[in-house]
Amino acid sequence: MRAVITVIGKDMVGILARVSTICAQNGVNVVEVTQSILQDLFAMIMMVDISKSTVPFNELSDQLSELGKELNLTIHTMHEDIFNSMHRI
Amino acid sequence: MINSHDILETINMIDNENLDVRTITMGISLLDCMDSDIEKSCEKIYDKICRYAGNLVRTGEEISKEYGIPIINKRISVTPIAMIAACCPTKDPVRFALTLDRAAKATGVNFIGGYSALVHKGFAPGDYALLESIPEALSRTEFVCSSVNIGTTKAGINMDAVEKMGRIVLKTAQETADRDCIGAAKLVVFCNAPEDNPFMAGAFHGPGEPDCVINVGVSGPGVVRAALAKAKGCNITEVADLIKRTAFKITRMGQLVAQEASRRLFVPFGIVDLSLAPTPAIGDSVAHILEEMGLESCGAHGTTAALALLNDAVKKGGVMASSHVGGLSGAFIPVTEDAGMIDAARCGALSITKLEAMTAVCSVGLDMIVIPGDTSAEIISAIIADEAAIGMVNSKTTAVRVIPAIGKKAGEELNFGGLLGMGPVMEVNRYSPAEFIHRGGRIPAPMQSLKN
Repeated sequence: MRAVITVIGKDMVGILARVSTICAQNGVNVVEVTQSILQDLFAMIMMVDISKSTVPFNELSDQLSELGKELNLTIHTMHEDIFNSMHRI
Repeated sequence: MINSHDILETINMIDNENLDVRTITMGISLLDCMDSDIEKSCEKIYDKICRYAGNLVRTGEEISKEYGIPIINKRISVTPIAMIAACCPTKDPVRFALTLDRAAKATGVNFIGGYSALVHKGFAPGDYALLESIPEALSRTEFVCSSVNIGTTKAGINMDAVEKMGRIVLKTAQETADRDCIGAAKLVVFCNAPEDNPFMAGAFHGPGEPDCVINVGVSGPGVVRAALAKAKGCNITEVADLIKRTAFKITRMGQLVAQEASRRLFVPFGIVDLSLAPTPAIGDSVAHILEEMGLESCGAHGTTAALALLNDAVKKGGVMASSHVGGLSGAFIPVTEDAGMIDAARCGALSITKLEAMTAVCSVGLDMIVIPGDTSAEIISAIIADEAAIGMVNSKTTAVRVIPAIGKKAGEELNFGGLLGMGPVMEVNRYSPAEFIHRGGRIPAPMQSLKN
């Protein structure tokens, strides 16, 4: 099962490191990362494999949202199916 | 990898354009809860609802968290209570309403619908008593919603029921006058009521439905408006295509949530209701979509045409996105629940007569309209009759949910709070329809051919 982590906000040093640390601590494998600038905002999209995650999805999502609040970024953790179903026929 | 543009588009829809799933509604049949002993019947109802819907709210919250989509309401609809009450004709049906309210509290849902009767062709045992008990039932409960079907295209309109419902709407408002007349906001009078509608206050679990079913209502007026805002200068064909594409995406999300809820709750998936349901929040308004198309204010000449286009495009876009579509499906125009409609009503751009015309092309009817508290019961009955006639002749669902603002006059306001919103009292035509309404009888079913 895969999830998509999106990080949107002001660019700063160490965002990728902080997010990947949380992933690593919870046994979540980062599969792919893309970064772009969206209307002056930093946008990072990570595809992660959560099938071996050591915590329930809710908890991972909460940990990442907390990090988002701390760094003043918006972090969403969402199951990949939502994007597949909305954008692919 | 999924296209990053698509991912960011979805996130933007949720964060900035109020995209959400409006409701997961579990339909539960109560036909096996009938009993000639009302105590036993209420006990069976309470137990069955708690057994079936015990995990509904928690499951909804889990899905919401996992997929990152807000799921605003979790609700229950049940078999029309008049059918259950028929078994114990000498007892007060309000007991059933109190039981439903208790079950709603126990399961944690926001509303429970089905304090209803289907009387489009006449009254069966249980129907009279239920209708007369509606004002008390709605004033003594918090979560119970009521609906009455008084007409269909195939049966015509039961004018005896129409006459009664005018009085009942008024009395319901009077009995909850100390709470902004909120009882009337939970009472809908239908023509051609759908049996699988997940939206309140009109949801009930029709007699043709299975034992238990999951129906999902999507939303997303803000997303459609934002898409149109980027399409300045496009012609109407392009506008319709854009709405279809947007409705498709919104509905796919609803379909996913519906399937997931159905799988996790071990309950069959019923339908997705493709409705654009506004809320009073800024940026979640159907009126603003119409204004984005180029009208100075909702209610201006051209509003009916714009709404017809919107309603049709939403359905066309949504139909392919879901395996089963049902419920009301289209654009809702509840005045007090829509920031743009509230503004249009306040400044006088939107009148009840224009709203009536709009209901001929939209998905429901005269919805959440505050009328003066001194409006006579006959005028309310006549509003219901007019609206039912539009539904009957056009083979579509129409409904009336008007709230007589007891003690208030045109220009003053009622505030229900939450999703039900607020709105100004709108003036009605005061010429008397009393003689017509008191005739009673039935309007015969209309011709289905020679349509001119």
